[in-house]
Amino acid sequence: MEFFYVLMPIAGVKIFWPGLIILGIGVGIIGGFFGMGGAWMVTPGLNILGFPMAFAIGTDIAHMAGKSLISTMRHGKFGNVDYKLGFIMLGGTIVGFEIGAQMVMWLERIGQVDKYVRYLYLVLLTLIAWMVFADVAKKKRKDREAVAAGKVVDKLSTGIEWHKTLHKIKIPPMVHFKEAQIYCSAWLPIFVSFLTGWMAGILGIGGGLIRMPALIYFVGCPTHVAVGTDLFEVMISGLYGTATYTYKGRTELVAAMIMLCGAAVGAQVGTVATKYIKGYGIRIAFGLAVIGCAISIILKMLAKAIPAYGGLLDGSATVLILGLVSAMSIYIFVRMLAGAKREIAAKKAQVSMAG
Amino acid sequence: MRRLWAKIIGLTTMANLLLIGIASAAGPAAAPLVIVADTRNFTGWEAWWTNLYNESHILFALLTIVIIPVVGLMFGLIADVVMNWIGLDLKHRELAEH
Repeated sequence: MEFFYVLMPIAGVKIFWPGLIILGIGVGIIGGFFGMGGAWMVTPGLNILGFPMAFAIGTDIAHMAGKSLISTMRHGKFGNVDYKLGFIMLGGTIVGFEIGAQMVMWLERIGQVDKYVRYLYLVLLTLIAWMVFADVAKKKRKDREAVAAGKVVDKLSTGIEWHKTLHKIKIPPMVHFKEAQIYCSAWLPIFVSFLTGWMAGILGIGGGLIRMPALIYFVGCPTHVAVGTDLFEVMISGLYGTATYTYKGRTELVAAMIMLCGAAVGAQVGTVATKYIKGYGIRIAFGLAVIGCAISIILKMLAKAIPAYGGLLDGSATVLILGLVSAMSIYIFVRMLAGAKREIAAKKAQVSMAG
Repeated sequence: MRRLWAKIIGLTTMANLLLIGIASAAGPAAAPLVIVADTRNFTGWEAWWTNLYNESHILFALLTIVIIPVVGLMFGLIADVVMNWIGLDLKHRELAEH
């Protein structure tokens, strides 16, 4: 059994390294597919594997930067990354994040910050889940109405279209984002990124979970471009986070590297899977992941409220998160495999026809 | 197909439960944070790495933020070669909606 454990040089703890690889693969798949860092999945996972919390956060951010770079490269080749939009949003995200973080310091002085942050997180996740499923329901209704009226169902139809209203605000400078196929005021992505960054700063998360749906519903990006552009942002913020956490001495590079081995494979699978799954498929899976995340937070809140069952509820929250990561990863992997098989078979058929 | 999914879900649940058990076998999670890395257990590059951590957090941080993207880039390039070899088209995708 000793072979399966590696002594971490900085944290000084023995870690089950296959666990790190499995975690890396799972979160790589999910991150590449949904366009987020996935700190809400990795940090508890690393903690279970034996990392002290501070090292768990630093190590997670370090591996996230590398993993997002791999996913961004792949999404970039598909034309899913709007770099111009990403750079414009970066400014708003950083300023918003810093203000959010300062607000948390201020709230800490008042007290009970943890409780309020968890409530805010829960409200936000509920809103995101509602937004996603309301969007899906509206799209289905539109499609049904089109069929009933004897019209052809538009393959590119969407449900919620708030971005169309927001695009009518013509405050200069107006910018054209080529990959996202959007023409809007530059202030729209700046404002949206400021808000999402501010929320991420208050909640102490990377922000992919909020930014991805915001890019779709407020900025108007197609789902694939929202995923790719968000990953580009996660990559930059991940590098910044790595620098600050490592400077504070809270990063275990050996663990991050082991995780990166798994995440490199996972990120490829997750990113390539977006090629075979339609935008609304990604949105529905994302909505389910958000619901799972919300339930785990409720369980953690209950664990604090009912100390007698604290251990059980805390454990359930962790099992739920790990189960969610595993189930989603397997689903995405199976869909990617099926899509790749179809593509290769089609190519072979084309070659044999030409021959 | 349904049986296959049932098996996959069953195995995943079991793996999740077992993983926690196996990971816990390493001993309890270390609660106190290590501010100074213990270099006595290491030789070679590990000893050098832990010494670097103890001597200069700036150098340690600089090296980390260089290593992470370089390794990421390397993995990305290797994956490119593998994907091309498999025969997947990595330059086109259908725009599914707007």
